[in-house]
This record gives sequence, structure tokens and C-alpha cells, in this order.
Amino acid sequence: MAEPLLAVERVSRRFGGLLAVNDVSLTAQEGRITALIGPNGAGKTTLFALISGFLRPSRGAIRYCGTDVTNEPPHRLARRGIARTFQVVQPFAELTVRENILVGAHLRHPARKAAIASAEHVGRELGLGAMLDQPADTLTVAGRKRLELAKALATEPKLLLLDEVLAGLNPSEIRDIVPVIRGLCWRGITIVMIEHVMQAVMSLAEYVFVLAEGRLIADGMPAQVAANPTVVEAYLGHGAASKLGGARAN
Amino acid sequence: MLSPSILIAAIVNGLLTGAVYALVALGLTLIYGVLHIINFAHGALLTAAMFAAYFTYRVLGIDPYLAAFLLAPVFFVIGYGLQRFVIGPASHGDDRNILLVTLGLAVIIENALLFAFRADTRTIDLPYAFSGLDLGFAFLPWPRLIGFGAVFVVAPVLWLIMAVTDTGRAIRAVAKEKLGAELAGIDVAHIYAVTFGLGTACVAIAACLLIPSYYVNPSAGNAFVLVAFTIVVLGGMGSVPGALIGGLVIGVVESLSSLFFGESLGQIGIFILFIIVLLVRPSGLFGARA
Amino acid sequence: MKGLAAILVVGAALAVVPLLGVSNVTLNFLVVALMTALAGQGWNILGGYGGQYSFGHAAFFGTGAYITAVLQVRYGVNAWIAFGLGIAGGALVAAIVGGLTFRSGLRGSYFALVTLAFAEVLRISASVAPITGAGVGTLVRLDLHVAALQFHSRAAFYWTILAQVVIALIVTRLIERSRFGVWLVAVRENEDAAIALGVNATAIKFHAMVISGAITASAGCFYVQYFLFIDSGLAYGTWISIEALLTPIIGGVGTVFGPLIGALVVRGLGEGAQMMTGEAPGLDLVVYGCVLVLIIGFAPRGLMGGLAQWRSRLMRPALFAKVDHG
Repeated sequence: MAEPLLAVERVSRRFGGLLAVNDVSLTAQEGRITALIGPNGAGKTTLFALISGFLRPSRGAIRYCGTDVTNEPPHRLARRGIARTFQVVQPFAELTVRENILVGAHLRHPARKAAIASAEHVGRELGLGAMLDQPADTLTVAGRKRLELAKALATEPKLLLLDEVLAGLNPSEIRDIVPVIRGLCWRGITIVMIEHVMQAVMSLAEYVFVLAEGRLIADGMPAQVAANPTVVEAYLGHGAASKLGGARAN
Repeated sequence: MLSPSILIAAIVNGLLTGAVYALVALGLTLIYGVLHIINFAHGALLTAAMFAAYFTYRVLGIDPYLAAFLLAPVFFVIGYGLQRFVIGPASHGDDRNILLVTLGLAVIIENALLFAFRADTRTIDLPYAFSGLDLGFAFLPWPRLIGFGAVFVVAPVLWLIMAVTDTGRAIRAVAKEKLGAELAGIDVAHIYAVTFGLGTACVAIAACLLIPSYYVNPSAGNAFVLVAFTIVVLGGMGSVPGALIGGLVIGVVESLSSLFFGESLGQIGIFILFIIVLLVRPSGLFGARA
Repeated sequence: MKGLAAILVVGAALAVVPLLGVSNVTLNFLVVALMTALAGQGWNILGGYGGQYSFGHAAFFGTGAYITAVLQVRYGVNAWIAFGLGIAGGALVAAIVGGLTFRSGLRGSYFALVTLAFAEVLRISASVAPITGAGVGTLVRLDLHVAALQFHSRAAFYWTILAQVVIALIVTRLIERSRFGVWLVAVRENEDAAIALGVNATAIKFHAMVISGAITASAGCFYVQYFLFIDSGLAYGTWISIEALLTPIIGGVGTVFGPLIGALVVRGLGEGAQMMTGEAPGLDLVVYGCVLVLIIGFAPRGLMGGLAQWRSRLMRPALFAKVDHG
């Protein structure tokens, strides 16, 4: 197997007495969609913060494209091609949709005209074409999620970290956005997504890592992971796996 | 060179001054700890309270130490009103706006005093202001000793209020977790205003303690407030023991640097210390890590 | 290039004013108003566009003023060169303050406090240091020649400060349309989101501060040439820090013309207050304080900002109509 685009090696992060991330290792293969799942409080968003440079690991290393990027600041990682969305969307509220995406587009296009063209292109790609002149704070939840995605995409990333991009969307909105994400993968962007919406994980992800209480408890193909009793117990509690197994047998 | 007795005298004097600084800082740190705002109007309120103390003595003939019992509640009400009806509503909760509104208030109060009373410096002369405790190496005037003692009365009373009364508990709740407190039924706007009122009352008491030994003019409060900011930052934003200890330390630092460098440069020493602390450890020596 | 054209039109219109036969009193008022606008334009870059509220811009104004004065008086440097060095000095002080504070990650209230402290340190130092004339201040010798940057006619001073203001307007506009400006505004709106998109927020804030300091310093340099006197209270006093922030806030933070409009309003109010009460000190600042609180309470984006809000509110129903049809 080729060297993974992203390799998280035995990373830990401590906050005072709390070990939020405990000796976690994971990899993301280039051009694939990798999912990171686990119950609330498992440390998934903390892990994203570590990968994107907003937090420093207490222990361990992070390799990207073969280079050790463990202590690099977030803006430099963005320039290297790592982009992230935030779980709680962070639009530039007073600016228009176009101006929002422009901030990201300027990373690769210093000149204004080219950057605006790129921003509009990305905006249209994500279905925001009609709203380019609207202030960001007038968008619906689904619109804001698309905007969050557009901003990150405008930086032309190689690795995209999506933090619960489907949260708060209704089933039809999810149905609309899943092909967009798949389309990004076809363009060669490597995606790591934190997700709770299991249907999306099953249909999108090619490989899954499961985090619980800061530790990696399972990894594998989606179907394997879903059947894994340890994973079931992490979500549903101790003894749930055997109860479910018993119910299924009957 | 400087004999030990001069040094000790400077230190003792520093402690006495520092205690009153601590009282001013106490109000500031309380307001920060609960409302999470830096009250730029603190100095102007101190000046206003000093003028109030001055006129209470001149016009009503009330001794400043007694006036404290009158002015503290009055300024509590003023502080409550300012937070409830001006700062809170005008700033719409935005941090940057709060900054500007308190700055605006500071400008208004200070210059209203300037306009009303001109820039003349005034002092009061208490009959017992010049008698005091003679320790041989240092002479400690009664007013400053009373000031020192008073701080160690006010601080525990404040602590008691926080620990024992319902309002105090509500204040601590809001300081820790505003949303939770709101959901539990606490009227946050009221608590904010009460806290601001308490902070302002502290300042009023400090003013009464200061007036016998200091002058008053429209910019008097400024000199104290930047020192108070330094103390709060040094001792930790929101930390009461930090404000007390920080106050005493700063008092001594100022006294010693005035001794060695002269008065103006003594002031610079404090500001430079302030800048250094902000740059290196803004959470202060006692404060929670940011 | 609608923006630049607007600047040139306004500049031309203002340039014509002295030719209309206005009184010296009015001209003096306008000169001071433009100088205040210039100081505010500096603040606007860092505070309006960058969202970093400095309460100590006097540090740059005063440095520009003192360098201009002291170089001429004590070292016989040519006035024009001293003026340029004054601006450079202001930029240098801004670089030091910015470098220290932004690298420490200071934001919000802490940043405001530190800038206040820096200005105070400079004020106290200037009030005791012999080189600045200590408490007495520094007097620049009257020498009504262009070489000494002094003019017989008040109109010439007016055109000088107007030129400075127009240059600052153009600089502001160019920043607005540049990548630096887009990133500066992004940092203001949401620093962490900006960083995640590759913006080096610390560097952006630092550069904004240096530009801001240079512009405000240039107002200080002009002050010295116009009034021929400077002391620590005039150079580094809180009055200039407050006026520098008040003018953009009233006129519209983060807009090109905001500081100019704000300065005219502020100065107008100041004059009005003085006319009502004579020379009693303090009332004008009371009025400024009240206006500040009222503006924050009712129109936090200032006059120009409020205008922009109005325009977008008028646009919104149309936008939603479009979406409904689609």
C-alpha cells in the first residue's frame, strides 16, 4: 500500500488531568474517504484540532505527505493543503457569501479578480450561486454548512477534514449533500470526516476508525466496524452487543 | 547610602498605600470575575467618589470614615444603575462595544467633574490627620493606619457576602456558568448590576479612606486606576486574594522605586511591570489559566 | 474604480473650499477637523478593518510630533526630512508595540489595556526627559518658508493636511480591495476561522498596526508644523487616543470615508459645546463621551455603516423574492 497522505502516530493530548486523546494512531489514504466515528465526548473534534494545528499533541507525531508537521501552526498547514470545517459553523457573519469564500480563495490567488472568479466558481459548485450577494448570516442551516464547505474548498486543499458537516440537516438535505462530498473525492481530495449520521458513513466511507473515551477501539471497512461488538457497546452500553446478538438469533 | 530604617519605612508606607490600592483593585477584579469586562470607568468612578467624600466633609461636616457608611450604598446604587441601564443595554453584549461604552462613561464622568469643579486640586484637613503612631524608624499617620485596617474588614465582609447570602451564591453561579445560571432562573442582568454595584461601592469606600491623605482633582482617579489594573492583572483577573496580595506588592514596589528613581519614574515602573505581566502571563499569578 | 473616483471627487471638492472666501476661523476649524480625521484614519485601519481596538493611539501621534519637533529644534534637521522621519518613528513604535502584543496573542480588552499603558509610559517619559523639554515642552521656531514646512497662508496648511487625508483615503481604499484587506477583515470577523483558511493572523495584525501607526503619526507631524508647539500632554494625552477612535466609530468603522465624516461631526460638536459654555474645559469631552455611548447603543456601525445596513436592508426583500421564484 502506498504511503498514506495523513498518518497520525500514537498521538495523545492532555488537558490538566484529562486525557482527551489517548495514544491514537490512524491513517488516511490519498483520494479516499475515511470516517472517524464514536460516541459524544470521544475526542474526535480534539483529534481534528490536533491534526489541523489548533492544538499541540502532548505526545506523538503527525505526518502529512511524508513530512512531520506535528507542531506547525494552523495557517501554515492550510497552505500545505489541509483544510477543515468546524462543528459549529464559523461564517464571517457580516460579509456576503461571496466575500466569505473569497477569504479562502485568496490563499491560492493573490490577485483580486482571479480570487473572486475562483470564489464564485466554488460557490456555484456547491449550489450557493443564487446567494452570493447575501450576507452569510441570512443563510439557512443547510446553506451555512455548504458555505463552510465552500470556504474550505476555496483553499484548494489536498486533505479535507469535515467535522460533522451533516449535523442539523434534514434527510433530504443530507441526500443532496452526500453526492457533493463524493464528488470531491472523485476530484482527488482526500477526506476525513467525523460523522454521527450512520447512513452517510456507511455509504460514503471506505475505511472507518472508531474512537471512544479518547482511545481507538476499532477500525476497518464500514460493514466490519458496524458488526463489531466492541463498537456497539461503545455506543449502546455494556452488554448491548450480546442482547442484540440474542435478539437477532431469535 | 540608604539605611535599613529608610528602607523599612518605605516598605511599611508601601504596605499602607498598597492596602488602599487593593481595595480599588478588589472592585475591579470582582467586576471582571463576574461580568468578564474590564471596567474602564473604574477610575472615573473613584474620582467621583473622592469628590463626593470631599463635599460630604466640606458641606455636611461628616468625617470621611463615617461618610463611607453613607457613600458606599449611594455608589452601590449608582453602579447598579450604570450597569443595568447604560452599559448592559448599550453594548448589546458585544465585548468590543462594552469596552467602548465603559470608556465613554469614563470620559463623561471625568470631564463632567472637570467642567463642574475645574482642575483645581483640593484637600481636606482632618484635625487628627497629622498625629499617628511613632515607631521610631517610621511615623504612621492614623488615617493611613485606619485605611490599612479597613481593607482587612471590607475584604472578609465581601467574602462573607459571596459565601453566605443567596445573592452571593447567585453571583458565584453567574461567574462560573452564565447560561446555566440563567436556566436555573437567575436574573443575570440583575446579578450583573449587583456585582457592578458592589465593585463601585468598594471604590467609594476606598475614596473615603484616601481623601484624608490625598488630594482630589478630576484626574486623581486615573492615577489609581492604572495601578489598579496592574494589580488585577498581576494578581489574576477575578481573584480576590490576588487583588489583596497584588495590592500590597504594588504598594511596596511603588514606594521602593520612588525611593530609588524619584516619583515620576516610579510610576513608569508600575506601567512597565504591567506591560510585562500582560505580555508574559495575562492570567496573573493567581488567576485561572485563560 | 468607483471607489477611487469618489475619493478624487471629494478631494477636489474639499480643495476648492479655501478659494470660496471662507473666514480664517472656518479654515482653522477645517484644518483641525482634517487633522483629527487623519488620526482617525490611522486608527480605522487597525480598529475598523482589523477589529483590534487600541486605546493608546496617542503613542504614535505623539512620537510623530516629538520627532518632527525635536529633530528641527535640537539637531537643525530640515523640516520636510524631520516630517518623514516622524512618520517612520511612528511606524517603528507601532512595530514594537504590535510585535510584542500580537506575538503574545493579546486580544480584546487586554490589547486595549496594553496600548493604553504604552501611551502612558511614553507620556510620563516625555514629561520628564530633557530631550523633549520635559514639562515645558518644545517650541518650534517660526520660519515662514516652504523649506521649513511653514506657510504664510492658512490655505496652504489646509491643502497640506488635505493632501495627507486624501493619500490616507487612497491607501485605505487600496487595502480594502487587496488580499491583505480581505484577510484583515476576516481576522476581525472570526480570527480562528481565518487562520483555518491559511491566514497568518499575527502577521496581518502586525502589518495593520504599522500602517495604522504611520498614518496617525503623520497627523502628529502636521500638528507640530501647524501649532509650532508640543508637550507631553498634547502629544501623548488621552484626548488624542479618544479622538482617534471616536471619529471612525461615529463616522463608520471599517469604511473609507467614516473617519472623515466622524471628524467633522466630532469637531462640530466640540465647537458647538464651546460656543454654548465659553472656554470651560471638559464639556466638549463630555459631549464626545455621550455621543460615543449613544452611537454604540443605537448605531454601532456608525453613520456610514448605518447607511450600508440600510442599503442591504432595502436589498433583502428583493433577494428573497428571487429565491422564492427559483
